[in-house]
Amino acid sequence: MSQQILDLVEQTSLKTEVPEFEIGDTVDVHTKILEGDKERIQVFTGVVIARSGSGSREMFTVRRIVNNEGVERKFPLHSPRIAKVEVKRSGVVRRAKLYFLRDRVGKAVRLKERRRDASK
Amino acid sequence: MSQPAPAVGILGRKIGMTQIYDESGKVVPVTVVHAGPCDVLQVRTAEKDGYEAVQIGYLDKPRRLASRSERGHVAKLDSKRSKSRTAAGVELSAKAGCEPKRFIREIRGTAGDLAPGSQITVEAFAEVPAVDIVATSKGRGFSGAMKRHNFSGQRATHGVKKCHRHLGGTGCSAYPSRLFKGVRMPGQYGNARTTVRNQKVVRVDAENNLILVLGGIPGPKGGFVVVKQTNKV
Repeated sequence: MSQQILDLVEQTSLKTEVPEFEIGDTVDVHTKILEGDKERIQVFTGVVIARSGSGSREMFTVRRIVNNEGVERKFPLHSPRIAKVEVKRSGVVRRAKLYFLRDRVGKAVRLKERRRDASK
Repeated sequence: MSQPAPAVGILGRKIGMTQIYDESGKVVPVTVVHAGPCDVLQVRTAEKDGYEAVQIGYLDKPRRLASRSERGHVAKLDSKRSKSRTAAGVELSAKAGCEPKRFIREIRGTAGDLAPGSQITVEAFAEVPAVDIVATSKGRGFSGAMKRHNFSGQRATHGVKKCHRHLGGTGCSAYPSRLFKGVRMPGQYGNARTTVRNQKVVRVDAENNLILVLGGIPGPKGGFVVVKQTNKV
């Protein structure tokens, strides 16, 4: 009973069109940023290495390499500040969390590309 | 107290916590409270009772579990003496005419246009910016001073023997040769009436009888709570 009510409340915060992407995809995350009173879109590009949580609490982690330094950002999936998530490239992966990429450097970070239509 | 304010309050149950996004896209942690509809059972007046309040009840209680006095409190019951009493001119107080209630509390304040039998819904909170919430906190049993009063305990090493979570000293010695009252010690923790004040109302969902309150409130999920307009200025 109470879980149904909580789901009902969370429903109002969920996006009707959830961005579609999978673990291992290279994505562009378009984030709305307020600068003073101007709104601007910032793009963060990287590989989706994890999805966690459920309902309005669902988050996803994007990892990229900047200046030879790994950078990870965690985004709330249903946040209205996330304008869109564009899939650039899909990788072949066999697990849900790609934390093993953290230990890799250089060429080993690359994932084998998966044909998009084959996955559908 | 100056002028008594109108009674704005409702009874409900804690459903649980979740998070939602506000208009600016910020994450807001909220507690969901299922509140009302509550029946007004009785109105306390300054002339008759010495104070102003509204007695309201939440959730029906099965009649088989309600005592006769509980049933008679909410509706008119026939009794052996009812005829002779009406003949003698004894006037019954106004009854709500509803089912016996499971959770009954009084909300201080003037009744306004509330009378026994009228209903209070969450819509009463549509314009209320912040609320006070009274509930029974989660019982933690007989707890030590570290858990109950956030004491630091003692060291893990350096010669501390078998009293790592001990409270330490509690007072002086030869003078006063006794313990001062109110020294914080282990004891029953929780399961006590607790009030959180000035909690912001994030949203009122009249359709599902829900109030969303910013932050946490005392008590377990399913615990009964009293929600009142805050008296904190």
